[in-house]
Amino acid sequence: MVQVFTISIFTENSIGLLHRITSIFTKRHLNIESLNTSESEIENVFRFTIVIVATEELVQKIVKQIEKQIEVIQAVYHLDEETVFQEIALYKVSTEKASENNLVEKLIRDNHARILSMEQEFMIIEKTGHKEETQELLEFLRPYGLIEFVRSGRVSVIRPRNELQKEL
Amino acid sequence: MPVYDALYDFQEELQHVLTRHEQGAIHAAQGFARATGEVGVVLATSGPGATNLITGIADAMIDSTPLVCITGQVGSSLLGSDAFQETDIVSISMPVTKWNCQVTKAEEIPAALAKAFYIAKSGRPGPVLVDITKDAQFQAFDFEYRKCVEIRSYKPKPTIDLLQVKKAAELINEAQRPMILFGQGVILGKAEEEFRQFIEKTGIPSAWTILGLSALPTDHPLNVGMLGMHGNYGPNKMTNECDVLIAIGMRFDDRVTGNLDHYAKQAKVIHLDIDPSEVDKNVKVDIPVLGDCKETLSALTNLVRLKSHRSWLDQFRAFDQIEQERVIQDELKPTTGPLKMGEVIDQINHFTKGNAILVTDVGQHQMVACRYTHFNQTKSNITSGGLGTMGFCLPAALGAKLGAPDREVIAVIGDGGFQMTIQELGTIFQTQAAVKIVILNNSFLGMVRQWQQLFFDKRYSSTELVNPDFIKIAEGYGIKGKSIESRDELHESIEEMLAYDGSFLLEVKVGKEGNVFPMVPSGASVSDIRLS
Repeated sequence: MVQVFTISIFTENSIGLLHRITSIFTKRHLNIESLNTSESEIENVFRFTIVIVATEELVQKIVKQIEKQIEVIQAVYHLDEETVFQEIALYKVSTEKASENNLVEKLIRDNHARILSMEQEFMIIEKTGHKEETQELLEFLRPYGLIEFVRSGRVSVIRPRNELQKEL
Repeated sequence: MPVYDALYDFQEELQHVLTRHEQGAIHAAQGFARATGEVGVVLATSGPGATNLITGIADAMIDSTPLVCITGQVGSSLLGSDAFQETDIVSISMPVTKWNCQVTKAEEIPAALAKAFYIAKSGRPGPVLVDITKDAQFQAFDFEYRKCVEIRSYKPKPTIDLLQVKKAAELINEAQRPMILFGQGVILGKAEEEFRQFIEKTGIPSAWTILGLSALPTDHPLNVGMLGMHGNYGPNKMTNECDVLIAIGMRFDDRVTGNLDHYAKQAKVIHLDIDPSEVDKNVKVDIPVLGDCKETLSALTNLVRLKSHRSWLDQFRAFDQIEQERVIQDELKPTTGPLKMGEVIDQINHFTKGNAILVTDVGQHQMVACRYTHFNQTKSNITSGGLGTMGFCLPAALGAKLGAPDREVIAVIGDGGFQMTIQELGTIFQTQAAVKIVILNNSFLGMVRQWQQLFFDKRYSSTELVNPDFIKIAEGYGIKGKSIESRDELHESIEEMLAYDGSFLLEVKVGKEGNVFPMVPSGASVSDIRLS
């Protein structure tokens, strides 16, 4: 059964490690749904968050092959319910069209979105949430002169306590 | 250039071997590593020099061979500018190296190399690559070398879980029809003695992968032969009969397992390995025992009961008898028809008495040589297993001879693979390494031809070779050569080759359409192994 899994990888900060990790997916002809890298709470430890749709058996194999990389400290995988996760999306829409029919108010009220910037020609709206939520807003805005759209990779925090901090 | 200029001052301390091609250099380094158990080192220039290493790096990666590859790179200010002989070798080599890095400052070189050697050799060994920019090679700095002994993100040996060892021992103690599959992990872990003690105490029949070959002497009573596609009849058949399958330092390669849907489904599987990512990768394991097998085998031996499985072992021997009559007898002792590959190996055995290092290439001759060569000593079978790299043999044999100069090194090569790195005859000539070269010439890419015969209605598409005069080529390199075609000359020619003081090339013209049997056809179960 294929499911959505979030793989969290804690690594040293070294050049090329991203390539080393993604090539494990390439090797198996697998698509990465989303990818994010950032610092972690531990100094000099970086964190990759990768979302993949696959069977658990396959994810297990991939995670072991990731963990095998010399500069990877730990790699773990979780189902959605085991993590708290979020994505951020930015929407650039025409100010003129968005101003019609009280669209702006509806946007903010119904979607918990916020306006980051407002110019004469366009405005930038930000929304955080799960992919379905940011997708819903995207569909909503399409008829109103959507000029640009971008969504970040997933960031996720594991619900159970991670033992890595203790280990390091 | 700066590195080579410095090497000029260290000719006494460092033996540098100038090969004719970088692929030759890396296969030689592999041969050296496999014969000695030490790290092989290869240097190559930037651009094409570096890319020519890739096949060997991939080969070393899949066969767990410890290598340190040092490549030159353009100056750091030119990186990314498509400079002359610039190639992004760090990215190119990433999926086929255990670790790699680029160094742009001289003071970073000692730490990078210390790390490189530590990573290459520890845990499950593998190739590493250090790419050094030209400016870093020119800079002067205060040299200080500190050995690398630890990397926080790298655990070379998993901690042994004694509970798992205990569970494995219990299962082994209860087993009625246990069988062992051993691979190169036994050799890489320097665990040959621990392995022998384990099998002798448990009395379990033990079969090998081609990289595990020579870890256990050929004539050991519990050695039941070769696994896989061209392996022996008994171990392939019994894989689907055993009740407990104990895999030691092997990775269930598809050439060993055949169709996984029909592979040892009746058996409980115990897997001893140093690499956690190998567990459950191809075959679902019931009891994984992670760790260095030198330690896990000792721990296991302490817990298992002294046993013998005589009647079970006899079942293997019954299959041996069938294989002997239907395949082996005619391969090793034919009396009529063209020469066969097997009888050449049989004659080599006669003189070497199992003491030589055998280096092979890839194809029919490789399967025949691995099947029939006798071994008394470990680290004696050097071949390209996982990657199946034609052209591996000749340079690897040179490296093996340089690493083990006191041992007889015999390169058994097909006529196809020989011509893929034939230029290394020049290096053998220059180093005066006394490598004995046996070309089993069937004027075909024989294994492909065999498949064409069996599965493609004898449509020999692009497999026949029109070969040059190999003896003249050898003579051009100052290597003594001899070509034979008849059975009468075989015995004395091999004697002559082995007695000769120096490198010697013996071309044996064998039957053009000889086939290697037994055979597990592609996609079939191991127990559907064919004898003809």
